[in-house]
Amino acid sequence: MKSLKNMKNTSLNISIDNVTKKYDDFYALKDISLDITSGEFMTLLGPSGSGKTTLLMVLAGFTNPDHGSVKFGDEEVILKPPHLRGIGMVFQNYALFPHMTVEQNVGYPQKLRGVSKSETTKTVDEALGTVKLEGLGHRRVDELSGGQRQRVALARAIVFKPKILLMDEPLSALDKKLREEMQIELRQLHDTLNMTTVYVTHDQKEALTMSDRIAVINGGELMQLGKPNEIYDHPQNGFIADFIGESSLLPVKVSKPNVSIGSSKIKVAKPPEKNGDYLLVVRPEKVFLASDKKKNDENYFQGKLLDSIFQGESQLLVIKLANTENDEQTLRIRIPNQSVTDKTLPAIGETVTLALKVADSYLVS
Amino acid sequence: MNSISNNINQEELKRLAAREGLTFFGLTLPYLIMVIALIAIPVGWLFYLSFIGRDGTLSLENYERMWKSKAYIKIFITTFKISILTTIICAAIGYPLSYFMSQLSRKWANICMIAVLIPFWTSLLVRTYAWLVLLQKKGLINNILIESGLITEPLKFVHNTTGTLIGMVHIMLPFLILPLYANMRSIDKDCLKAASSLGATPTRAFWTVFLPLTLPGLLAGLLIVFVLCLGFYVTPAILGGGKVIMAAMKISTNIEMYFNWGAASALGVVLLVVTGIILFVASKLISLDQLGNR
Repeated sequence: MKSLKNMKNTSLNISIDNVTKKYDDFYALKDISLDITSGEFMTLLGPSGSGKTTLLMVLAGFTNPDHGSVKFGDEEVILKPPHLRGIGMVFQNYALFPHMTVEQNVGYPQKLRGVSKSETTKTVDEALGTVKLEGLGHRRVDELSGGQRQRVALARAIVFKPKILLMDEPLSALDKKLREEMQIELRQLHDTLNMTTVYVTHDQKEALTMSDRIAVINGGELMQLGKPNEIYDHPQNGFIADFIGESSLLPVKVSKPNVSIGSSKIKVAKPPEKNGDYLLVVRPEKVFLASDKKKNDENYFQGKLLDSIFQGESQLLVIKLANTENDEQTLRIRIPNQSVTDKTLPAIGETVTLALKVADSYLVS
Repeated sequence: MNSISNNINQEELKRLAAREGLTFFGLTLPYLIMVIALIAIPVGWLFYLSFIGRDGTLSLENYERMWKSKAYIKIFITTFKISILTTIICAAIGYPLSYFMSQLSRKWANICMIAVLIPFWTSLLVRTYAWLVLLQKKGLINNILIESGLITEPLKFVHNTTGTLIGMVHIMLPFLILPLYANMRSIDKDCLKAASSLGATPTRAFWTVFLPLTLPGLLAGLLIVFVLCLGFYVTPAILGGGKVIMAAMKISTNIEMYFNWGAASALGVVLLVVTGIILFVASKLISLDQLGNR
């Protein structure tokens, strides 16, 4: 724990202003502006090809945008080459130097900075301690497991106490269990070291788990910026609702004061200002099998159970809705395993009534 | 009961394994015969001949002559000098070229590769004579230089060390580029980005990361070029014009002019042993380095 305190850092805020990068006719980044506060854990989340990695490369200095500004603190860095930016960076495939030992890898930035031998040894030991790799300094990189390599890459990126840490899908090469462990560990490490962190991932669950704020990027544009719960509960459009978490999107018609799905009317939390076509976002964990008593604060849907799938921690039910314009419209609901008994589960083919709280009935355009 | 059940099918499985071994032996047999008939026996014969003197008895005179005759010592010096120079020039041209190719997109790299490979596939004799035509006194290069007024007297490009080196470098270059380029392509580009993000200037990143990672390919290329140069015959014979005498040419004259099989064999044995030693030493170096490249 002592070593962790020594590693504690000052951090810098990052201001990205109107950054645009065009490849021929294709916009990799389209007028992106984003302020990342000092010490924040910011995740750039988007599908592959969305431009999130390009934005990270702009921050690191490996890609020059067509125009725009990037400031670290008050200093404009857009014209600075990568080696003068003083950022720590962790790459997707670790990018460890295979011809060096763990110690030499982690000590590399110190050597470049002309740090004395004794000081280098001290800081390398601290950094290896921070990532829980004490005593592995003399190992060769190829003797390490994937998780250990990831830790070495992390130690190498933090050993010189950078004020900003960039991570490009650092956990994507690890298996699921290790990945989930590392997510929590990385988050704890960030809280201890307190450096401004920009984290790129396509894994929405990872983003929700780790971030202070998430910037959802698609087609080179910033679609939504917000805290994980804001983004999950109040996605700004159909793309985000579909991309973040599991959801069924039901087409809804709004003609004030009525909101209707097919022929049946529903109530929603915040009716939109304009009439037109919208989508109702239904999260599978928020729908439930309705009891006999109908309540005023719930919407009800009728449908036929198509499939019932055991998934360990929960039971997934796929239901084909009646009374919708689209015959193929299905809804997914998730029942926690603890409440699953043979009695409560309907049989396949049976008609069921589903309930969704009005407070959870959220529309997107 | 247990011991019986443990031995189920044991005999049959053993027979199966034996048959598999026999199949593999059968598949390698033609090659084994070829190696023994075409390499082991002739090389053994060569060793034997090198110890036979002029009078047909066992003697060391063929080796003594090499040690004592100035002509032979000079030949060895020339052979090593030409080989080392060719190797160095190939590295000086091939390393930047391979680097350039490794940075290109696949499409352009392939086009460059074709440009490297077409001369590689062209007959060695054709290329050597082409150089003779280009480099001779009234050849294309001298004509251009004189007409452009850069020189007044034709430069002497052929029938000397310069001509030999030009020809040999041209012929050897692909042998250096092919392993080196493959090595450079396989380097994770993020390694250089990582070095840069950690604070390394491009020059520093080259010396501390890129160069060490290309050493296996470079060593392999240098080795192939050097060893091939040691026994090279056609190009030095034509472009050297009899003034640059390398070991392989001396072997040929020993046989063609003096019918001295013993002396020729001894030279052959020395070349073989030297090559063997170089390969042995280098294989240690390269295998060590490739461990670091995994």
